[in-house]
Amino acid sequence: MSPGAAKIQGLILAGGRSSRMQRDKASLEYAGESQLDRAYALAARHVEPVFVSVRAEQTGEPGRAGKPLIVDSFPGGGPIVGIRSALALFPGVAWLVLACDLPFLSDAAIEQLLRDRDPTSFATAYRSAHDGLPEPLCAIWEPAAAAALEQAQREGIDCPRKFLIRHGAKLLEPADRRALDNVNTPEEYAAAQAVLRAAAEPVLLNIHYYALMREQAGRSNETLMTRAATPAALYAELTARYPFTLAHEQLKVAVNGEFSDWSRLLHANDAVVFIPPVAGG
Amino acid sequence: MRFRFADSPIDTSAARLELLDPSAGGYASFEGWVRDHNEGLAVSRLEYEAFEALAIKEGERVLAEALERFPIKRAACVHRIGDLAIGELAVWVGVSSAHRGEAFDACRYVIDEIKHRLPIWKKEHYANGDSGWVNCDRCGAAPRHGHSQDHDLAQDHGRTQDHEHGTGHGHAHEHGHDPVT
Repeated sequence: MSPGAAKIQGLILAGGRSSRMQRDKASLEYAGESQLDRAYALAARHVEPVFVSVRAEQTGEPGRAGKPLIVDSFPGGGPIVGIRSALALFPGVAWLVLACDLPFLSDAAIEQLLRDRDPTSFATAYRSAHDGLPEPLCAIWEPAAAAALEQAQREGIDCPRKFLIRHGAKLLEPADRRALDNVNTPEEYAAAQAVLRAAAEPVLLNIHYYALMREQAGRSNETLMTRAATPAALYAELTARYPFTLAHEQLKVAVNGEFSDWSRLLHANDAVVFIPPVAGG
Repeated sequence: MRFRFADSPIDTSAARLELLDPSAGGYASFEGWVRDHNEGLAVSRLEYEAFEALAIKEGERVLAEALERFPIKRAACVHRIGDLAIGELAVWVGVSSAHRGEAFDACRYVIDEIKHRLPIWKKEHYANGDSGWVNCDRCGAAPRHGHSQDHDLAQDHGRTQDHEHGTGHGHAHEHGHDPVT
């Protein structure tokens, strides 16, 4: 990067409505750490300070509270408003902007952005490995983009990707094709957890069996060392070992004494219970 | 605890005392009994098993919901675990309230939710020597039971197949000289 380029601060976008995930994406966890915390720590290893971009109604939410926040100062929401709000609050500062839903993003990807930054463009971004278009939410946005973004929104362009396509950006080729894969649905989340768990250490789980499953497993409980990241993956592993006749879809699952969803990330010493169809009364 | 398990016969006259309330005009109860037949097979005895820690939590939630949804005074439930003979009391639900209508309604709500949501299982032992876990042993092979179809895991666990071991002896007692209306 050239001397005299603007200072870079970090901005983690966590103002999304997570409608496809049907739960707050910022709170999704990988290896016990929320997506927001992971993205925040990643940015903080390269630039400082780092802020979290939120909508006004999100400022008190756990997970966001306690971090420096930049609240949307323009109407309408969306990532473009988050970026504009940061640019407006700190004139003359550039921003390393990261969406919080990029679980595979690495230090190497951030280093490449910072190293190959072009401060004379509105932004430095990666070219998507999937469609060749700019990825605006893992990018460095320069101070000069502020006025152009305002103008674009006046013209009805609310998508930062469209903005970069129209105005041009310094585009980089990602070294790791998967680095920018984002997670929008429960299925993508479970898959990402499994990939990240497989790369991590196995964990020891306590598993309890009841009724038909107790008889089929030939035991009431066991401790098991596994790389299964989720109850769904664990059940698949167990069905290879025991003659279980019930399909995953016929069961419910509890983790640590409460009903759980099948894509929850399992941690060391978690107690897992698979619940066959019930028949009380 | 308003919901509890019992590993010996349930004392309903003692359980009923938990429901007494000066502002209650009566109480409705439901008793589920072990029946000697199910789906064409002669049943000789039953075995109940529960994931007690979670069943108690969920049972308490069901009773709290009943107290929220219906204008009742108190609600309680006792469920047996272990081996039960024909005619034995498997589950007892009691609800007291100012007036009888909501007592019946809440009692029905509680037993329906208990049956469908709590991690409790029963194994039937048949007169012919066979045995099987209700809702489990046959649904894997026979999806006609509907358990694996259109299955909303969050809401509908086991709801598609409703085995009633109790014969449905619900009864209401009305107290006092001023009949509840």
